[in-house]
Amino acid sequence: MSLVYTGVLSHAPGITGRAHMVENTDKRDEFYAALEAQRQDIINAGAEAIIVIAAEHFANFFMNNMPAYCIGVSENYEGPIEDPEWLAIEKTEIPGAPDLGKRITRHVMDSVDVAYSEEWKFDHGIMVPLNFLTPNYDLPVIPVNINCQGPPLTPLHRSWAFGEALRRACDAVPEKIALVGTGGISHWPATPDSGKINEAWDREFLNRLMRNDKESLLSYNDEDTYRDAGQGGFEIRTFITAAAAAGGEGDLKFYTAELPIFAVGCTVASFSLS
Amino acid sequence: MSLYSLQKFLYELNRDESIQKQYKEDIESLLSNYTLTDEESNALRTGDIGLLYVLGVNGQILMHFAAFLGVEWFDYLDKMRDGIKDHGAVRDGVYAMTGGGKSFTTEEEGR
Repeated sequence: MSLVYTGVLSHAPGITGRAHMVENTDKRDEFYAALEAQRQDIINAGAEAIIVIAAEHFANFFMNNMPAYCIGVSENYEGPIEDPEWLAIEKTEIPGAPDLGKRITRHVMDSVDVAYSEEWKFDHGIMVPLNFLTPNYDLPVIPVNINCQGPPLTPLHRSWAFGEALRRACDAVPEKIALVGTGGISHWPATPDSGKINEAWDREFLNRLMRNDKESLLSYNDEDTYRDAGQGGFEIRTFITAAAAAGGEGDLKFYTAELPIFAVGCTVASFSLS
Repeated sequence: MSLYSLQKFLYELNRDESIQKQYKEDIESLLSNYTLTDEESNALRTGDIGLLYVLGVNGQILMHFAAFLGVEWFDYLDKMRDGIKDHGAVRDGVYAMTGGGKSFTTEEEGR
């Protein structure tokens, strides 16, 4: 088994960019500590590369040619595309894993028609997780994108199938691989409602996710999610894909709705691998 | 099609530093590459976050544009609210305002 770690975490740009504005600094630091523990877990698992399943925000893909799924197979990447001062993350170069990425892509293609790309600029959706999980950018990254921005969006059951395909691909290669899904649960980012969080909805989703209950996870539909969890809720695809890749139950390490300045319910979790 | 062009302008601007340089130095030649209405072109020239929000520009694209312009966070939220006051509800896309314009963060309320 070469998938050695699977987890999920939040990626909202405020997590780094608005850290200095937070009033509830104790809760913020508790969140950061959970992210640091996740970094340690990935190191302890012996990961040689990390797959980041993200929901990018128009850093690379637009409605002229929008893939439902894409895997990065580049030698290296650059990011963030955003103003570095705004995100509080300096522009940098991030190492990729082109050979491994291509082998994984080939395996995934056995069951999912995935796109691939040798060009990829990272936005906050990947840079914020990397800022915590590999702050020295010394762990090769394979970016994976699920379109959660430009409808029509891939159905949830296809996200699940994509996760299972990624798992089979990881298990078919000798390298030790960590995989994280990064997105938001309920949130209304990039609107005047920024900071709005439906905590009850989040906790119900996380309950289903930690049980890794496929049937209840796939019972959501975008109409209800948009109403109850905002357009940001479409990003549950990344969490569902990670759960499908792991196969085992989750362990919720951290969740809070008490940091609305970050514009998302801040989440850190890992999964057992089965 | 026009909203598509408007968003594509911002998408390409947000991810390319050479286009960002052109935006600052010669925006008219940059605008000439896109099929835009006068309202859209003017909104891009003046960095009118509120109008761009109401026109239906994807919120993530607009947020990155506001960051590029150096708009402070809470001012950015206010500009979107002002856009709705001045121009009415968001006309397209999935980034409509649902909270009636109120703040959801204590940090904003306390500033």
